[in-house]
Amino acid sequence: MTEAHNYTAAEILAVLSARQLRDGQVVFAGIGTPLLAATLAQRTRCPALTILFEGGVVGAFVEPGKLPPSTNDQRCTKRANMVLGSADVLLLLQRGYVDVGFMGGAQIDQFGNLNSSFIGDPAKPKTRLPGTGGGNDISSLTNMIVAMKHEKRRFVEKVDFITSPGFIRGGNTRAESGLPTGGMFRVITELAVFGFDDKTRRMKVLALNPGVSREEVQDNTGFELHFDEKIEVTAPPTEHELQTLRMLDPERLFTA
Amino acid sequence: MLEAQLESYTQLREDMSRRDRSLREKVMSLEEAASFVQDGMKVGIGGSTMSRTPMAMIWEVIRQRRKNLSVSRCIISTDGDLLFGSGASNHIITSWFAQGILWGLSKVMRYHVETQGKRFEEWSHMAVGMRYRAGGMGVPFLPTRAMLGSDVMTQRPEAKQIDCPYTGEKLLLIPALNPDVALIHVQRCDAYGNAQMDGLQFMDIDLALAAKSVILTTERIVSNDQIRRAPDHTKIPFFCVDAVVEVPYGSAPHECYGLYEPMMKHMEAYVSQVNSDPINGMKEYLDKYFYSPKSWNEYLSLIGMEELLEASQRGRSIYND
Repeated sequence: MTEAHNYTAAEILAVLSARQLRDGQVVFAGIGTPLLAATLAQRTRCPALTILFEGGVVGAFVEPGKLPPSTNDQRCTKRANMVLGSADVLLLLQRGYVDVGFMGGAQIDQFGNLNSSFIGDPAKPKTRLPGTGGGNDISSLTNMIVAMKHEKRRFVEKVDFITSPGFIRGGNTRAESGLPTGGMFRVITELAVFGFDDKTRRMKVLALNPGVSREEVQDNTGFELHFDEKIEVTAPPTEHELQTLRMLDPERLFTA
Repeated sequence: MLEAQLESYTQLREDMSRRDRSLREKVMSLEEAASFVQDGMKVGIGGSTMSRTPMAMIWEVIRQRRKNLSVSRCIISTDGDLLFGSGASNHIITSWFAQGILWGLSKVMRYHVETQGKRFEEWSHMAVGMRYRAGGMGVPFLPTRAMLGSDVMTQRPEAKQIDCPYTGEKLLLIPALNPDVALIHVQRCDAYGNAQMDGLQFMDIDLALAAKSVILTTERIVSNDQIRRAPDHTKIPFFCVDAVVEVPYGSAPHECYGLYEPMMKHMEAYVSQVNSDPINGMKEYLDKYFYSPKSWNEYLSLIGMEELLEASQRGRSIYND
């Protein structure tokens, strides 16, 4: 982003991600930006948003300034509706109670597959990454919003390893693999908002963030991007969104 | 060898019938309880990430220089580092392995997996849960719809893809896991092992039911009368439990719900020490905090009173309005 803004890249990421959620939805949120953005949505436009965490939390209501260091810490439960075992909260995805899954990503490809397991050959990895956690379960079983940093090395034509499935190899390959439901819905970065073509299932740009050009997005992407016919420009974060975000994360744990 | 480490049902039942499941007191020391963990065993660890980690029991097992343990945990944190780094384990089954989301990748895990041939066997989080649940149910597998189509599945030939005999749909069968011993830390239990957990249970109930023996460490041992006043809080029945050890702050420097949050200064110092030098940094950490202290209390005093009190203040605040 070339122009000066009154917000950081991490902040616009959280704000735009939060805008993708709808009031009344049940959202399964991962740690970091997803937890923060879901909480931001809950405290602004979506008071009836139900937030789930893999640690076993149903109906989270995270306290401002007390963001949990993972989705398995006691802070996740404060003022929640319910605690379950972690297998049971994940099984809610399989039964279909969850409208949207919301995760960060380390590496993504043109079909929305995410890799958080290996860089290089899994048999002899250059880098062993931390692995799926609940990411594979969430992305296998519901519609996904992914919030991630936009870098060429993170946006690749084909991931080294599919940890969390998007549309696999495009077309109907996701359903043919045994995943008849869910799939990538949106990818949000500090540069743009992405969706997926209904037929090819390739990633496409739906909207550019304020001050960002098509070229800038393409230059930071490791595959050829498609642009929607009617590209929009996202509205910049409002004062209210930024204030609420900073109230939730005053230590900038997830918005540094 | 079937890599899924499946046991025959007959053997599981025979092992169970030989187990002393009578109502008896089983309070012992950490040193005594560690004898339930033998070299080469499959060890299941309760809690998740930095929460209700049975750290005192792991500490004792490492001090007693156990080897070749095959360790499973739903999500593993610094305890996984320590098990690899000390040489106690060469195989960890989990869904996620790093010190914590705040600190990026674990250089200790990377060193041992990328250069030392140790195994980080990855399953989805729900699949780890299905492994314990199948183990606890006494069935060889449970079907799921996760992991299909992913490379997490292709890395795990132990999981079998089938066409459902009812619907024809693709399903993935997740094999049972019955650890030889489970290490679980709880807020309170009685001398028989009736265990009450506050807050998040993670996969501990399934793990306790699946395991062939359970070592319970507890912040407090309470009377059986006290347990009986709130039987709905009892999450693990005494007949699953083989040893009870009272260890205050038994999850330090991790969290124990309602009592203390993670001791973040210690965690940060640990992470910076081992990630800057996964060999010598780890060796120095283990020497100072694991091998040198004469007791768990001495280990706690190395973490420091100020840090324990601060973590306790944050931990107890979960009950403040």
